Amino acid sequence: AQFHRHASSRAYSSATQRPFRAAIIGSGPAGFYTAYRVMQRIESSVIDMYEHLPVPFGLVRYGVAPDHPEVKNCQDKFEEVADSARFNFIGNVDVGHQISLSALAPHYDAIVFAYGAAKDNKLDIPGEHLNGIYSAREFVGWYNGLPEFADLNPRLDNGEQAVVIGQGNVALDVARVLLTPPDQLRGTDMAENAIDTLSRSRIRSVKVVGRRGPMQASFTIKELRELLQLPSVSFTSIPPHLLPQDPARLPRQSKRLMQLLAKGSTNHVSSKNWDLDFLMSPTSFHPSPGNAEQLASVSFMKNEFRSGADPLDKSARVQALVPGDDIPASAAFRSVGYKSLPLPGMDHLGVSFDLGRGIIINDGLGRAIRESASDHEAFTAIRGVYCAGWVKRGPVGVIASTMQDAFATADSIVEDWNQGLLEDPSPNGARTGWEAVREAAEKAACRPVSWSEWRKIDQVEKERGQKSGKPREKLTSVKEMLEVLDG
Amino acid sequence: HAHLTPPKPGEERHVTFIDKDGSSHTFTVADGDNLLDIAQANDLEMEGACGGSCACSTCHVVVDSEAAYDVLPEPSDDENDMLDLAFGLTETSRLGCQVLMSKEVDGIVVRLPSMTRNLQKSDFEK
Ligand SMILES: Cc1cc2nc3c(=O)[nH]c(=O)nc-3n(C[C@H](O)[C@H](O)[C@H](O)COP(=O)(O)OP(=O)(O)OC[C@H]3O[C@@H](n4cnc5c(N)ncnc54)[C@H](O)[C@@H]3O)c2cc1C
Ligand code: FES
Repeated sequence: AQFHRHASSRAYSSATQRPFRAAIIGSGPAGFYTAYRVMQRIESSVIDMYEHLPVPFGLVRYGVAPDHPEVKNCQDKFEEVADSARFNFIGNVDVGHQISLSALAPHYDAIVFAYGAAKDNKLDIPGEHLNGIYSAREFVGWYNGLPEFADLNPRLDNGEQAVVIGQGNVALDVARVLLTPPDQLRGTDMAENAIDTLSRSRIRSVKVVGRRGPMQASFTIKELRELLQLPSVSFTSIPPHLLPQDPARLPRQSKRLMQLLAKGSTNHVSSKNWDLDFLMSPTSFHPSPGNAEQLASVSFMKNEFRSGADPLDKSARVQALVPGDDIPASAAFRSVGYKSLPLPGMDHLGVSFDLGRGIIINDGLGRAIRESASDHEAFTAIRGVYCAGWVKRGPVGVIASTMQDAFATADSIVEDWNQGLLEDPSPNGARTGWEAVREAAEKAACRPVSWSEWRKIDQVEKERGQKSGKPREKLTSVKEMLEVLDG
Repeated sequence: HAHLTPPKPGEERHVTFIDKDGSSHTFTVADGDNLLDIAQANDLEMEGACGGSCACSTCHVVVDSEAAYDVLPEPSDDENDMLDLAFGLTETSRLGCQVLMSKEVDGIVVRLPSMTRNLQKSDFEK
């Protein structure tokens, strides 16, 4: 019923009477929410969703922490979308690498890039190669069973202190996972080998270090509250001079966050501790005297706000002041942002990619535009090319904001279609999407995974989980996933 | 989709949703129903991405009058935490999944905030 609600009012395009065929690259929230909205508003639409893993849902499956199962409930809506006869899931196909964009594009009225941000930023400081230094993306991928990092096996038994560099929600996720009593994780879908490693962890202190001050930290209050409420974990209070003197005057969101930071934790009897350290930038990592390959400490520079910068301003800038302390650490987690890269062949479609911001250059409403649009008049939208999610906005924001942003993209698509802007100038009939692309896929020796095949993998994971009282035990390699299908 | 139990005779409560187009929809519901379930059972545009577990803010509603807002039980810390992230937050914002119908709440009017930000190209040029 979901997809017929708008049937009478917005049925076919006024300009065209043929079905609308779109390819969506990526099956995270951006891809699914775009599909949902387009299918709801263009009755004739058929969506092919390409995903490079055999399994769907992007960071909902491989980013969102296992102890946040309620956040993953959005998958129910995605399943509803995928159950429609007008939706095809084409998993295990890496667009841009296995199938070129030029093989794909001619068969669609629209292409939506929703492939997220699959790389991360580095610090580029000496010693970053040492054992014991992980990117948050690797660590999060590992505990969530992401095939790419399933064998990471981080060493958490080398010492008692860990440093997390960065102060966003991902950094707090890492800290929380390190400090949560492992028994509390047993009932979640965290990978079993990760739970084992975490239960042997000796880490008792986690320092979460940020370059700027409390008002510039990007974590949200829910994540902070969760950490402050962890059983038998204390929080070192923040020196009052770092916090705003009169938080009541701040806007609501900052006010509540600053008040909670000032209140801190009431947990004083504890076996573990964490803290937030502000105005510090890492400058180098150092090995231990006994093992030249193993991290032992991190050196920091102390920062100060630039002259004229208001510490209450969320975008206040800082500058280096003096060399600061060396912090002993046997493990360090770099959590300074995810990053998107362009897909090979994008430029042939006329798409411009802003490497600095890690986004496809777009009109803010999801239409890819030509970079040359320097004149203020009209920029040129690239016909039929759209983007949504992290690759459109940059790697920030929760699922709710990704949803809003995907809806905005979908509305642009619907508008363009209804206005006949997506029509093929050469009248060679309807585009046939996957039916035409399949051939190229077969030539490239792809093994596409359909939605019903994903459901088989899903079933196996759930059954494996049941044995140990978990919602699922994920298969952690593509090979294992395909073995479920092909024996 | 949520299935609501019909109210017992004599205990009918009423709720009115004003959607983004400004049209209003009034429903007769039972005590204990939450605004998310009511909206979804009636095909209004409210997402409820986390399924009503106070973990997403996509069920954001704006209570139409301060008086009606004041009648509602105070939001919990958890609800306020999520509301902090809601787009277009107002003084009388609530999460639909956390507002339950009762005798006191009867007759409440809520607005559905626009779910898409109206970004202009200029918003993206920094
Ligand atoms: C560690 C972490 C924890 C988070 N926790 C929360 C939380 O608790 N609550 C919350 O609301 N939000 C959370 N978020 C944010 C949320 O995950 C994002 O807002 C959202 O996933 C972004 O959606 P997306 O679709 O743009 O990208 P993604 O979810 O990354 O999806 C992109 C998809 O594209 C696929 N893909 C990539 N390249 C290709 C290719 N070449 N061909 C085909 N497919 C491709 C990827 O495999 C992936 O499936 C978290 C994010 C992270 C990183
Ligand atoms: S449905 Fe997610 S907060 Fe209400």
